[in-house]
Amino acid sequence: MDIELNDALQRIRFEHPEVKVVVLTSARERMFCSGANIYMLGLSSHAWKVNFCKFTNETRNSMEDSSRDGGLKFLAAVNGTMAGGGYELALACDEILMVDDRSSTVSLPEVPLLGVLPGTGGLTRVTDKRHVRRDLADVFCTMTEGVRADRARQWKLVDHVAKPQVFREAVQERAAALAAKSQRPGPGAATGVALAPLARTIDDGGYHYGHVDVAIDRKARTATITVGAPREPQPADLAGILAAGAAWWPLAMARELDDAILMLRANDLDIGTWILKTRGDADAVLAADAALLAYRDNWFVKEVLGMLRRTLARLDTSSRTLFALIDRGSAFAGSLLELALAADRSYMLLLPDDAEAPRVVLSEINFGPLPMVNHATRLATRFCGAAQPVEAARAVIGDRLDAAVAAELGLVTFTPDDLDWDDEVRIAVEERTSLSPDALTGMEANLRFPGAETMETRIFGRLSAWQNWIFIRPNAVGEQGALKVFGTGAKAKFNWDRI
Amino acid sequence: MSSIDYSERIPNNVNLSSNKTLQRALEHWQPAYLKWWQEMGPEGSTSMDVYLRTAISVDPKGWAHFDYVRMPDYRWGIFLAPPEAGRKVNFGAHKGEPAWQEVPGEYRSVLRRIIVTQGDTEPASVEQQRHLGLTCPSLYDLRNIFQVNVEEGRHLWAMVYLLHAYFGRDGREEGEALLERRSGDADNPRILTAFNERTPDWLSFFMFTFITDRDGKYQLAALAESGFDPLSRTCRFMLTEEAHHLFVGESGVARIIQRTCDVMAAHKTDDPAKLRGLGVIDLPTIQKYLNFHFSVTSDLYGSEISSNAASFYTQGLKGRFEETKIGDDHVLDSAEYPVMEVVGDRIAVKHAPALNALNERLRDDWIRDVQSGVDRWNRIPEKAGIPFRFTLPHKGFHRKIGVFGEHHVSPDGRVVSEAEWTHHARDWLPTSTDRQYVHSLMGRVTEPGKFANWIAPPARGINNQPVDFEYVRFN
Repeated sequence: MDIELNDALQRIRFEHPEVKVVVLTSARERMFCSGANIYMLGLSSHAWKVNFCKFTNETRNSMEDSSRDGGLKFLAAVNGTMAGGGYELALACDEILMVDDRSSTVSLPEVPLLGVLPGTGGLTRVTDKRHVRRDLADVFCTMTEGVRADRARQWKLVDHVAKPQVFREAVQERAAALAAKSQRPGPGAATGVALAPLARTIDDGGYHYGHVDVAIDRKARTATITVGAPREPQPADLAGILAAGAAWWPLAMARELDDAILMLRANDLDIGTWILKTRGDADAVLAADAALLAYRDNWFVKEVLGMLRRTLARLDTSSRTLFALIDRGSAFAGSLLELALAADRSYMLLLPDDAEAPRVVLSEINFGPLPMVNHATRLATRFCGAAQPVEAARAVIGDRLDAAVAAELGLVTFTPDDLDWDDEVRIAVEERTSLSPDALTGMEANLRFPGAETMETRIFGRLSAWQNWIFIRPNAVGEQGALKVFGTGAKAKFNWDRI
Repeated sequence: MSSIDYSERIPNNVNLSSNKTLQRALEHWQPAYLKWWQEMGPEGSTSMDVYLRTAISVDPKGWAHFDYVRMPDYRWGIFLAPPEAGRKVNFGAHKGEPAWQEVPGEYRSVLRRIIVTQGDTEPASVEQQRHLGLTCPSLYDLRNIFQVNVEEGRHLWAMVYLLHAYFGRDGREEGEALLERRSGDADNPRILTAFNERTPDWLSFFMFTFITDRDGKYQLAALAESGFDPLSRTCRFMLTEEAHHLFVGESGVARIIQRTCDVMAAHKTDDPAKLRGLGVIDLPTIQKYLNFHFSVTSDLYGSEISSNAASFYTQGLKGRFEETKIGDDHVLDSAEYPVMEVVGDRIAVKHAPALNALNERLRDDWIRDVQSGVDRWNRIPEKAGIPFRFTLPHKGFHRKIGVFGEHHVSPDGRVVSEAEWTHHARDWLPTSTDRQYVHSLMGRVTEPGKFANWIAPPARGINNQPVDFEYVRFN
């Protein structure tokens, strides 16, 4: 269901510029949504549950990301009871309108019913987004029966309530109000861009796309993700960009990279280290970046930028080691430089006085349009919020920076020369892949997000870490754990020790 | 461009002339090494021509090439024992896998630590001994200490070679740090405590080379078993040189004992005061030096129960002495080994997991070897009809590290009180009076064939040269 929801949202974004507001509602009477299939979760492996929650969180975040960017607005038209993941989906919308039929309720019953947490941001959004008082949130999150519409509004769990008789009109009214806030073209003002299926080949060696290639080394437990710069001349004007549509390099590349990340995450759990490389003409990347920024007010270009932003954000929250290798023939410029900035470490080949020496290039796109989920750029995050190093980097926008200068500016980690390169990289990767995958996941997730928290970082950090811990505890998943026995009629048995 | 003719300046069997990584590393390191040698090598020795053995290849003819050399021009070479085809990791979790020809990334950090710790001892002993040339008891001995010094220097090269060839930038930094630490420097000491002690006189030097260099032999032997093949091959070649250092130590002490026994027999006395009056070192004082060096060196093996030693073994990085000759499973996950412990006021033996007791096992191997040397020494008084016999003190005597670190143990193996220890320490360890006496004997004898009064001449010279050969020429 969530894969389809994600796909549907993507299609609305790109194929339906006439849509300004998405109304989420239920085709069933008196039942809006009760969230995930608990039996599926009860049977799922730990890794599957964790990955599932991460993906659903990203989809919900993407709704807020679109709204924040002036694009799609979302209205939850709650026409019946919503529970757990159902309420969490509503929480991701700009507004929640709930039917007040004196019987439908809203609840987050995970703790009392399942012995786990609401896994897709419920706890966080109740407080951080909806500003529900924490004692009321405490009551709300421990009651299986939930609350009806009147109290839900009183406690700020929903924005609006409407009697069944006027519910449809209320939906229309709220949708119209939200539409007024959207910068999308609206009906008749633009033609959509069809998202053709990705041309993807899967073989023993990995996943292969037009601009992105994933080469998996199963013995070494690494995947080398190589992202190619545009090979063909890219349109420089808006008409050309719209004509190119889904074939326009920034979108085509981002869709492929997004797919590659999701494929690796879901299918290749033991491939713990992703080696990020780029290939091609840095100038072609910079030209595409320039077009992205020049026409970013256009609805399509705006959506492409959003897609690129969210794809890079997926990289930041992937539970895999990311090492960037900036070697001969690479194209770490502008938007592709973000890959190196997303990496846990980067190695840049030092070749003094060599015309073939790899260069990295900063562009305006590195300084704002592609923030991480902490709402800061990767550069600002890298320097822990210090202004001076970011300003120093800004001062050299467009310069071809060799390894020595890039290291001086703090843009890369290590700069082995050609004599050291092979050994340094091999040893670093071998050493990394020998470390505990759990400890690395925890360490990387901590180090990638220094400084101030946002709602999203709290969801990926505090909420997910606790949830993932609970997911492996016997009180949830033991033979008599609450998640295991849910629906069987048996009573969960807990070990009462608090930890 | 390279400023060094590598094959000429640095004899080697590691294809230095075609290895750019190594050349680049050495270009920085070699001048720094020579500077270190000038500053910290044997004092006042740079203009002397010394009859030294230089290894110019690993074959039987080449590893011992004798000629006069000025030490700054000594050709410190890089030699690995020839590769063994199909060599495997012979112990631990990787047993049976092909030996590693490159550093496995997983063990980079541990291997680096092992190599740096071993490497750090090599220049340390040169620093400890740098003033001894000024008080040499003969040209023969002066030549021997220089031989030991240049070979310790070469052993440093050997370890630095591994750091340079296999550890990238990190290795180069560690190579430089090896030249920056200084034995006995409070702010920048050598890594291991024993290598920050002074070597103030020739009796200490001979004891050091007999006992502490023998620790070196056992550490190298354990590393020669390593699954990291370049380390194994390097250590195997170093062991051939280490044997000479042990000879210098054992024969040096033996010659001192010989001389004392000769004087005892000639004057029919065993009174230390009389013997000191006759300018020789009485046997009880030699025993105290033995006690001191044996106990201090024993600490170098570390704690009886060690998780580090266990990991090094399981990881296939450091084996046991003559690992492949031992008839067990070479994994040690269920074997046991006896280890001493202090229970109340007595010393008991318990069975510890063999994997955790590897330090103790290596220490025991070393003790057996030291004991054989001591047995050979005892033939000298025996032959002279003198009843005195040298004995090794108990393992727990005068220890700072391990289960005995918190206790006082007498040389005969009793746990003793603080009071008893204080009362007897002067009988067991060299006192400042003993040291001052030994120091007072240290003159300088440089006439070919002449020897200081407190030491007998050797039975034969170096490389079939006569004892009165001019082993060192002063210019």
